[in-house]
Amino acid sequence: MNFMPVVLWSDALVFLLLAAGVVVAWYVRRHEHLLLPWRRVGQSGVAVVSLLVLALFLLVGGLDTLHYRPALSDKNGGETVYSPEVLSVFDKLVEPLRLHSEKTYSAPLALTLYAKESFTDAQGRLVRDYPRLQYGGAHLAYPSQRDGDVLTRAAVGALAGLLLAGLSCAAWARLSPMRKKSHGGQFPPPYLLMAIFVIAALIGATFNLATAYHVLGTDKVGQDVLYQALKSIRTGLIIGTLTTLVTLPLALFLGVAAGYFRGWVDDVIQYLYTVLSSIPSVLLIAAAVLMMQVTLDTHPDWFDTAASRADLRLVALCLILGMTSWTGLCRLLRGETLKLREMEYIQAAQSFGVSSLRILTRHVMPNLMHIILISLVMDFSSLVLAEAVLSYVGVGVDPSMISFGTMINGARLEMGREPMVWWALAAAFGFMLVLVLAANLFADSVRDAFDPRLNRTEARA
Amino acid sequence: MHRSIGSRLSGEFSADFRFGNPAFARTIPLAMIAYLIRRTLYALPILIGVNLLTFALFFVVNTPDDMARMQLGIKRVTPEAIEKWKQQRGYDKPLFINRLSSGSDKLTDTIFWQKSASMFVLDFGFSDDGRSISREIAQRMMPSLAIALPTFLLGLVIYVSFALLMTLFRATALDMAGVALCVLLMSVSSLFYIIGGQFVVSKLWHLVPISGYDGGLGGFKFVVLPIVIGVVGGIGSSSRWYRTIFLEEIGKDYVRTARAKGLSELTVLFRHLLKNAMIPILTGVVVVIPLLFMGSLLTESFFGIPGLGSYTIDAINAQDFSVVRAMVFLGSLLYVIGLILTDISYTMVDPRVRLS
Repeated sequence: MNFMPVVLWSDALVFLLLAAGVVVAWYVRRHEHLLLPWRRVGQSGVAVVSLLVLALFLLVGGLDTLHYRPALSDKNGGETVYSPEVLSVFDKLVEPLRLHSEKTYSAPLALTLYAKESFTDAQGRLVRDYPRLQYGGAHLAYPSQRDGDVLTRAAVGALAGLLLAGLSCAAWARLSPMRKKSHGGQFPPPYLLMAIFVIAALIGATFNLATAYHVLGTDKVGQDVLYQALKSIRTGLIIGTLTTLVTLPLALFLGVAAGYFRGWVDDVIQYLYTVLSSIPSVLLIAAAVLMMQVTLDTHPDWFDTAASRADLRLVALCLILGMTSWTGLCRLLRGETLKLREMEYIQAAQSFGVSSLRILTRHVMPNLMHIILISLVMDFSSLVLAEAVLSYVGVGVDPSMISFGTMINGARLEMGREPMVWWALAAAFGFMLVLVLAANLFADSVRDAFDPRLNRTEARA
Repeated sequence: MHRSIGSRLSGEFSADFRFGNPAFARTIPLAMIAYLIRRTLYALPILIGVNLLTFALFFVVNTPDDMARMQLGIKRVTPEAIEKWKQQRGYDKPLFINRLSSGSDKLTDTIFWQKSASMFVLDFGFSDDGRSISREIAQRMMPSLAIALPTFLLGLVIYVSFALLMTLFRATALDMAGVALCVLLMSVSSLFYIIGGQFVVSKLWHLVPISGYDGGLGGFKFVVLPIVIGVVGGIGSSSRWYRTIFLEEIGKDYVRTARAKGLSELTVLFRHLLKNAMIPILTGVVVVIPLLFMGSLLTESFFGIPGLGSYTIDAINAQDFSVVRAMVFLGSLLYVIGLILTDISYTMVDPRVRLS
């Protein structure tokens, strides 16, 4: 075997989350009343398109979660030696992007470096000019060919993407069982088709350009910005999702217990979340992260590679974010449980002598699910945004971990340069905007579909 | 509790109450003072909880030795250096009980007493560079307030007006466009507003200096951009939130009655709806007023404002634990004051809420 699979802490937790997601999806599929609100989500064009975008991000993040350590070529007495560098399947897929690094900054699609340098040209003269990039556009003999080449490559890539998308859509439409009962139109619906084609063309063009250029330029140490932006996706997704692993059990158990048992249980839990929420969240997070750093620094034996150290810090950050953000949801759930426990069906169950545990699991919790789901999808985008801010404050992810926050932080210092180095900032903000916007739009649709307060007579018709 | 008085009753009755209801005004002083005292006593356990939590976070999770090792660096760490570091900061004492001392010193000559309990009398001790944190806080409050207060007031007016506008044109293309704009603005990182604003306004247009601060009228050119950026950054989420509140109110009976009386839509919105939406608005708004003193971490650090926000961020970067601890306590203190103010504000806009 020429590689050794590595399961970092965050990977394991993502797999756990994924497994839980599959179980829930399977359960929902078998229960029509649970499926109904999801059908409503599926009928909203905005939701479907944003889900498509999110799915692409999830795909990149997912591939980036399968980690391994490649074997080194020189063997140590017959025993395979593995590289200390932890790579992911995604790294392998975009290997040219990762390995083609230049000397320093270069603008998007540029052929030359950002700054002038002294070097000897082919005739042996010492000149001071913008040196050509090692990889970006290296196949071109003359710089003047660039524009034409970029256009051809983009067009070819876009066409290939469109062709591929068209073929797969056609196959999907033919094979899908939903074809017959589609609601008064063609399947897939036109807006989805449109979105798929636009995205496919974009990805195709970018992909084809990326084989020969640095589509979004390079950063200070010459690393491709597109690669960094794509790698940041995993960090953002992990912060947005793993935090819920902490938030959810805490908020659910404490909130339901406070609302259902009342009395001193309620007092204690209320006291707990009032104390926690009275500390401004950034300060609490900062204090906790500072202390977490001290702990990690005094225990270097907990991790064997730099990647696992950065990863442990990421998991700890999620833990801290979760510990500081469960209070809002807990308060909501407590209020709703207080209302629910006065309902006739709960009182009936109580008078029949049904145990508290059973009442909670059978009668109370199912009626809280919509609140949980809505608040989880709403929190996701704010967590992704928070990561960038926390990294700026200095209490975010490990500086060696590629994330939107570290990208922005690195690029921010170059704002003062003339001409400005704008591409890393633009890339980070652009990717973040697309991810967060898609998440926000999807969250809105989910809320609209699940909120029982909305009148939905027309949706059933 | 007061909310349960009957949301059905809200509306026609309360809409006609005036802020300065004479019968109500006469009852304020005594009840108010008693109420304030009681609320302060309720707030005390919360502050004690915060205090214990920060104490546990800073001194129990990691020992002072760990902190010293981290700050001094792994290489040149000797037991003497650690001792010196701890002595300089007063961390060379036992946590709770000092067996070496006698009398009351057993309790007071400890880390807990000197570092945590003393915060209740607003004695925050000294930062790592030897300055009094309390004095630093007093000096830095004004610059923070100079940014935060105008941002807050201007923001409130703009967000509520925008939300009212969307409510007026509800379920039309204009409303849809407004909501879409809000979602878009919400999805942009706050760092982008600051970096983009600085770049466009200061660097391209040269309208105001990129960063800096000055007291008095001369400081205007420094604060105007942070304020504008602060307001713009909040439009998305806040306006949408207010719109939700207004839309919830607009379905109620008193609105229909007001319309049936033949009042114009604008009168309904401003005289009836806005007044009744006051309670949910106050819930979210009043609580942040005391926190304005703390300033904003991001804005202040980007614009070089010498306020409490930049103080905090500098302390975090320099790993000055005593300053961070002081700010955590100060933040929760201001928040608790905000909670009390919120309760008082309820009684001012809604005479049905009694001080009990």
